[in-house]
Amino acid sequence: MSYVTKSPWVIHYDGSSCNGCDIEVLACLTPMYDAERFGIINTGNPKHADLFLVTGGVNEQNKNVVKQIYEQMPEPKVVVAIGICACSGGIFAECYNILGGVDQVIPVDVYVPGCAARPESIIDGIVQGLGVLAEKRAAMGSAPAAKTEE
Amino acid sequence: MTIDFLTNAFGFNFGVLNIVFIILFVVLAPLVGGILAGIDRKLSARMQGRFGPPILQPFFDVFKLMEKEGITVNKYQDFYMGAFLFFIILTGVFFFAGGDLLLVIFSLTLASMFLIVSAFSANSPYAEIGASRELLQMMAYEPMVLLTAVGFYIVIGTFNVADVLAAGKPAIIYLPGVFIGFVFILTLKFRKSPFDLSMSHHAHQELVKGMATEFSGKTLALMEISHWYENVFLLGFVYLFIACTSWVSIIIALLVCIFVYFFETFIDNSFARMRWEVAINSSWIVALILGFGNIFVLYFLKLFGII
Amino acid sequence: MDTYFLGTLAFLILFPTVIALILLAVKSDAARGGIVKLSAALIALGSIVLTVLYFMNGKEILLAFEAEWISYVMIAIEIFLMVVIVYLGIKYKHYWACVLALIQTPLVSWFEITHSGVIPISYNLYVDGLSVIMALIIGIIGSLIAVYALGYMKDFQKHNEDQKDRRGFFFFIIFIFLAAMFGIVTSNNLCWMYFFWEITSLCSFFLIGYSKTDEAIANSFRALVMNLGGGLGFCFAILFLGNFLNTLELTGLLAGGASGAWGYYLTIPVACLAFAGITKAAQMPFNSWLLGAMVAPTPVSALLHSSTMVKAGVFLILKLSPLMGVWLPGYSQSFGVIYYNWAGLMVMMVGGITFLLASFAAISQSNAKRVLAYSTVANLGLIVTCGGIGTAAAVWAGIMLIIFHAVAKSLLFLSVGTTEHRIGSRDIEDMDGLFSRVPAVAKFMIVGICGMFIAPFGMLLSKWACMISFVDSGNPFLILLLVFGSAATLFFWAKWLGKLCAIVAGKDDHEAIGIPGEEKAVLGTLATLTVVLCLFFPVLSNGIVVPYLGSVFADIETGMLASSNLVIMSILVAVLILIIAFFFGKTKKRIVPIYLSGENAGDDISFRNALKQTQAASLKNWYMEGYFGEVKMNRIGIISTVIILALIAAWCAVMTLGAIITMY
Repeated sequence: MSYVTKSPWVIHYDGSSCNGCDIEVLACLTPMYDAERFGIINTGNPKHADLFLVTGGVNEQNKNVVKQIYEQMPEPKVVVAIGICACSGGIFAECYNILGGVDQVIPVDVYVPGCAARPESIIDGIVQGLGVLAEKRAAMGSAPAAKTEE
Repeated sequence: MTIDFLTNAFGFNFGVLNIVFIILFVVLAPLVGGILAGIDRKLSARMQGRFGPPILQPFFDVFKLMEKEGITVNKYQDFYMGAFLFFIILTGVFFFAGGDLLLVIFSLTLASMFLIVSAFSANSPYAEIGASRELLQMMAYEPMVLLTAVGFYIVIGTFNVADVLAAGKPAIIYLPGVFIGFVFILTLKFRKSPFDLSMSHHAHQELVKGMATEFSGKTLALMEISHWYENVFLLGFVYLFIACTSWVSIIIALLVCIFVYFFETFIDNSFARMRWEVAINSSWIVALILGFGNIFVLYFLKLFGII
Repeated sequence: MDTYFLGTLAFLILFPTVIALILLAVKSDAARGGIVKLSAALIALGSIVLTVLYFMNGKEILLAFEAEWISYVMIAIEIFLMVVIVYLGIKYKHYWACVLALIQTPLVSWFEITHSGVIPISYNLYVDGLSVIMALIIGIIGSLIAVYALGYMKDFQKHNEDQKDRRGFFFFIIFIFLAAMFGIVTSNNLCWMYFFWEITSLCSFFLIGYSKTDEAIANSFRALVMNLGGGLGFCFAILFLGNFLNTLELTGLLAGGASGAWGYYLTIPVACLAFAGITKAAQMPFNSWLLGAMVAPTPVSALLHSSTMVKAGVFLILKLSPLMGVWLPGYSQSFGVIYYNWAGLMVMMVGGITFLLASFAAISQSNAKRVLAYSTVANLGLIVTCGGIGTAAAVWAGIMLIIFHAVAKSLLFLSVGTTEHRIGSRDIEDMDGLFSRVPAVAKFMIVGICGMFIAPFGMLLSKWACMISFVDSGNPFLILLLVFGSAATLFFWAKWLGKLCAIVAGKDDHEAIGIPGEEKAVLGTLATLTVVLCLFFPVLSNGIVVPYLGSVFADIETGMLASSNLVIMSILVAVLILIIAFFFGKTKKRIVPIYLSGENAGDDISFRNALKQTQAASLKNWYMEGYFGEVKMNRIGIISTVIILALIAAWCAVMTLGAIITMY
């Protein structure tokens, strides 16, 4: 069994969200929902993260940032688009500066729609992401298996 | 032959028991350390009114990190981190083999230096600020740690851990101030609030992750394991204050270790992060008044032949 | 045996003098280079021969020979030097130097002439374990620095083309310096030692003022005045010893002091000589001369800090330390603090305070040479404290500190010098990522820094021994000074080390091109010595330091660092070398850019800000000016040490007055 599913560390990036979804993401970490039950930690550091939570659509200013965060995450990694704006651009889709959903820039594995997405669905989306993560881990194949501590 | 050599090397009777202790430390310390970390997280969650992760969560984290892709920012960082783990284990071995307390302290400093250089080597702003703060914390706690060793020396007459344990009375009788001072700086050593300046234990995104910002995958896992080793042997220091030859004292000592750990978790959850000035001012004042004050009194008690 | 010893000593003192005179005349670079390299090798060889002789003899040796005429030659030279000082003092309007020179030289000369023959001097020279160690340091490290100076001074001349080429004079002084140092460490006749002592003061004066800028001249006179002040103490000690205690020999002083027959009188010459040592070792309140000496070319700093000058100061104090540890007769030890030997107390407190405050002050410095200077002052403070404690264990620590400090500090100074010529700055902030920019030098600098503060290297081992002897010293304040000072030491070295070890991506090593071969060779040798000496801790200790202590101290067991710990440290050094050799830089992982919290512009140092502009991040060390500001530290240090010195001086003055009244 792979341990990637047991300790999903996330990084959260606010694209051009109205902050509604961001507040819901943070609400997941409160005692009410307690995402740490599943080992979920908000790391704020792509180099530590397994899941990339993006809220809001991607715009001209931040597309490179989104790309870079994605590139800096070590494999296996999963992108979860949170909220309808991150999924498709939402009501901002037609704005002059918006490129559209996150999948315009980086591959997205799980879409969590909603305006704003509810904490339950965000946690559900992350747990769905874990399945993808496990598949990707299995695809890495020859990478060293889990070792017991020396 | 090996034992003979080690006997010579450590300057006291080096028996099979010591080797057993060393092996136990090397094998069990990460288990104990990991479980302690898990309990810490669970306790913290409960203190915050949450359910919290499973007790084994720290192990899951480390195993996961082991499975991640290996990336690094330069050719040297991993070496420094490996050396950190190696010298932390060595420090623990010196300690649990009953060696010289000063040797233990110096080798711990060497290990910490590798961690700091590892962070510095990334030349990343967050890692560097974290490393500088870690250095500052080292400067803050170093006097108290050295005074602890000196306190044991004045009471027992040698720096050897084995001799401290072979004493008739617990050292804490003579070293109450030093003990409180040591528990105080344990907050810095465990990297807990209010002094989790260097790695943002709770405020995950302040300074990104401080010193650990540029470590990922296995490198980060190694750091976690090293910290487990480190925590176990720091609790060993606490044990040393109380344990002596009698069985009762050993049981009390273990209980005190558990209590101190619980206490640190409690402090961790009841304080916000404080500024670095507070870290250095408070730990130096504690070292000066509780640590040195205690030692000063002991000196005069010795001079007038009271102890 | 005596003849061999005499011959070697004569060679060590006279040969550099002759070479110095030759170098004064030589103008061509090639010839100078050849002469300096050859004679450096010969001097190093000479010190090794002395060591071999010492081991063949198996114990210390006192050398007797008829040499009254030498004393007269020395008096003549001293008077000549006095004239030189007075002339320069008037020329540059620094009259204090003239006053001090005009007091002491006539006094000593008059005393020597009137008392020659009255006080028996059986042995003029001696060789013991400590002088062998010192001779090796002077002979090997001193001459390595001379060789290094060849390349450095060529660069220096290029950087300062407007100045007249006075390199002949420079090397003249360097070699005279070495000769005088050999004299100091082997003179049993205190008048001789005083002669060599004054020569080193004057040599450092000329070297500090070498560049002849206003600052250099002011600083050189400061150094001269302070050291002449110390010389005055030396002169006073000679007069007191000769007039009241009837000996002018180091052995006589040590034996007389140990016998306990002199009572309180013992403290006076010891305190005066220790005062001379304190000035020369740049302890507070006199540390400013060594800081000021930074204006000189870097090899001079290396020389002053590692193998000569300041080491003469601590050498004298360690030599006297058996007299500082003794309790004055007639009083029980339980209330000993009150009746402690004042000289010892003075020395240990001045040293301890200096260690603490200089370590603090080093934190606030960003100029590499000033950091090194404060660190030297601090480490000398430790050695001086060890001397003041005066137990075998403390002196063991002191001697070890001398050895390892000499090697590591010269390495550091020279690598800073080379770096300065490469990157055009000696500021630590400019040494960002030196490891990738000038790898050849940065490696050596890293070795030097590690050698200065971290286990398992020599300085840390010595500090460990210091710790034990400080706790045993009966003076709890020393522990306080040591633990806080050590914490500061850790901080300022490690932050520098961090700067060096940073790997700045995208920087090539074009700055590393063109390092003179001599410099590389010397740096390499010193770095190797720093590490290899640590591999031989037990040999060093049991082979030479412990036998020396055995000949000086009655009790050499108590409080000594267990030899097992030496073995452990040596093993650790070996382990460290092995893991570095096998694992360093061997990672196979993918190398990725660093995280800059936003868009990394690609060069790992600049990022795109909110306005899409590229902005560079800059990383700076901590200096904590508000806590450890240099001015504040010096003020506290000067006030506290001046009070200590003034109390002892007043006490000495009263006792001397008493002695004079009793005599007449």
